[in-house]
Amino acid sequence: MNKRWFGILSPVVLWLCFFMMVPMIAVVGVSFLSRDTVGNLVWTFNISNYTRFFDPLYLGIYWDTIWLSVLTTLLCLLLSYPLAYYITTAGPRTQKWMLIGVTVPFWINFLIRTYAWVLILRTQGLVNMGLEQLGMISEPMQLLYTKGAVLLGMVYTFIPYMVLPIYVSLEQMDKRQLEAASDLGASRWSAFWRVTLPQTKSGIMTGGVLVFVTTTGMFVITDILGGAKSQMLSNIIQNQFLSARDWPFGAALSVIFMISSLIIIWLFNRALRSKYESAKEARA
Amino acid sequence: MIMIRLENVEKHFAGHPVVHPLSLKIEEGEFLTLLGPSGCGKTTILRMIAGFEHPTSGVITLDNEDMTYLPPNKRDLNLVFQHYALFPHMTVEQNIQFGLKMKKLPVKEQRERIDEAVRLTQLSALTKRYPHQLSGGQQQRVAIARAIANKPKVLLLDEPLGALDLQLRKNLQTELKQLQRSLGITFIYVTHDQEEAMMMSDRIVIMNNGRIEQIGTPKVIYERPETLFAATFVGENNIFHTEDRLYAVRPEKIRVHHEVTADHQSGIIHDIVYLGNIHKLIIQLDEEQSFVTSVLDFTDQRTWEIGQSVGVYWAPQDEVTVGR
Ligand SMILES: Nc1ncnc2c1ncn2[C@@H]1O[C@H](COP(=O)(O)OP(=O)(O)OP(=O)(O)O)[C@@H](O)[C@H]1O
Ligand SMILES: [Mg+2]
Repeated sequence: MNKRWFGILSPVVLWLCFFMMVPMIAVVGVSFLSRDTVGNLVWTFNISNYTRFFDPLYLGIYWDTIWLSVLTTLLCLLLSYPLAYYITTAGPRTQKWMLIGVTVPFWINFLIRTYAWVLILRTQGLVNMGLEQLGMISEPMQLLYTKGAVLLGMVYTFIPYMVLPIYVSLEQMDKRQLEAASDLGASRWSAFWRVTLPQTKSGIMTGGVLVFVTTTGMFVITDILGGAKSQMLSNIIQNQFLSARDWPFGAALSVIFMISSLIIIWLFNRALRSKYESAKEARA
Repeated sequence: MIMIRLENVEKHFAGHPVVHPLSLKIEEGEFLTLLGPSGCGKTTILRMIAGFEHPTSGVITLDNEDMTYLPPNKRDLNLVFQHYALFPHMTVEQNIQFGLKMKKLPVKEQRERIDEAVRLTQLSALTKRYPHQLSGGQQQRVAIARAIANKPKVLLLDEPLGALDLQLRKNLQTELKQLQRSLGITFIYVTHDQEEAMMMSDRIVIMNNGRIEQIGTPKVIYERPETLFAATFVGENNIFHTEDRLYAVRPEKIRVHHEVTADHQSGIIHDIVYLGNIHKLIIQLDEEQSFVTSVLDFTDQRTWEIGQSVGVYWAPQDEVTVGR
């Protein structure tokens, strides 16, 4: 207990807290103000920015955003788990190369990577041309500027965020337990289900939160791949701060989003949490 | 009845022989120990019996059925791993229940078996704990409970007490032996501790470099070692070379006298080691370049000094001829 307080009170931690908190407090503060016609802040307290959110237009976009983020997280999980598992089964040298492979996209500018998808998906893009050549379609399909394109871009971008934490938690597990499970009569499948999966919950949790939070905050991919029709909440927020110059409303939307993200993460955490994790933490 | 049979079982790793062809029969209800120095292939043999390794050649049968290539989860035997391999995310009870669930036993029977295993291993107070909340000895007992709850035909134990301190080790040795008697399960036990092997086993298999040196009861192994390795690996021994033979004499069979006479060997006391219940004299022989050790018990009241000349004597029937 003493140690913990000492940690909190140490100057470095205080500074960090200060710099983390200041923008948040500013956002919350601004969300209760209003603005004049040219966009300057007017110092009158009101909650109209929050009531404005309950417009069906914004509620619809809100649900779209949550839904897209949940879907992105689930797809990333489904694709990343087998990949991470496969990496841990390889020899140490191969493992190193595969991990580098997973992180390669980080080295290429994010905008360039996203525009590459435009080249692939547009009407005269690789996919449509290829399918036409093969005679499988007669005229090009609308792939770009759809929700599907946004989902694809998101999953593609955030898979490494999911693979790495899952890989770490798989690596930490003592693989000899699988022999013990087999010795006790478990098939490979039940050994995975009862022994491996429960012990990688923390990796799934970390990856899930990372992917979910970054997806909800991402507006570049929706801009480039989604076009005007697939706006997400982060696009609206960005608009309020830039073109519309309605900072108070943008701030209110941010606060609403922050709180709902926290609730979702908390629910996710509770669903995955087990007595074992609690017992482990109690010891620490 | 023979429970397990190994016929010409051989194992190579990457072309290197680790276990040379060997045959072994293990009786039902027997406590058999594989004893040998580190790296001699004990774990490899156990892993072949458990199904984690396949022999390069040879046949392994359980209860007269060939199981050489049967996967581990289909074998009616259990292995207690040297490193425990408990499931950290399960309580003691859930760890024990794991195998019973895999067997799809009725819930009521699962309960009964858990209770019995927990009682036999004296873990009743700890069933709700997680492995990280247990001491090393308690974790070891969970590993054993998890195995015996399955009521396997054979229990394989790979240096199960290796990581424990001496006192705990001694207690668990006795507990394990009693457990084996009361369950009547066949035990194949691996250790490199010769004292442990002596006190627990019905028969001991002495191994060296992937080969069996000798198989026998602890008494036979101690009194009639057949090879030089067996003679020196189990207990202390004095080895004598003559032109035509190699023989061993146990230190407690060597008698030492103050008088030096012409018809005995003679020597000078080089060192005296006092061990409480016994003391040892280490004597440099006059005629040979070697030392002999003599063990004297508490009944010996004579005084000995380093540098003293003594007569050394042993009876011809205490000489055990060993092969090289
Ligand atoms: N998977 C493997 N690949 C290559 N060599 C192996 C493998 N497993 C074991 N060996 C080698 O086989 C030999 C016997 O190993 P084993 O584990 O059976 O010894 P052990 O008698 O159990 O020793 P210890 O008392 O130290 O546990 C060792 O030289 C070891 O290096
Ligand atoms: Mg071993």
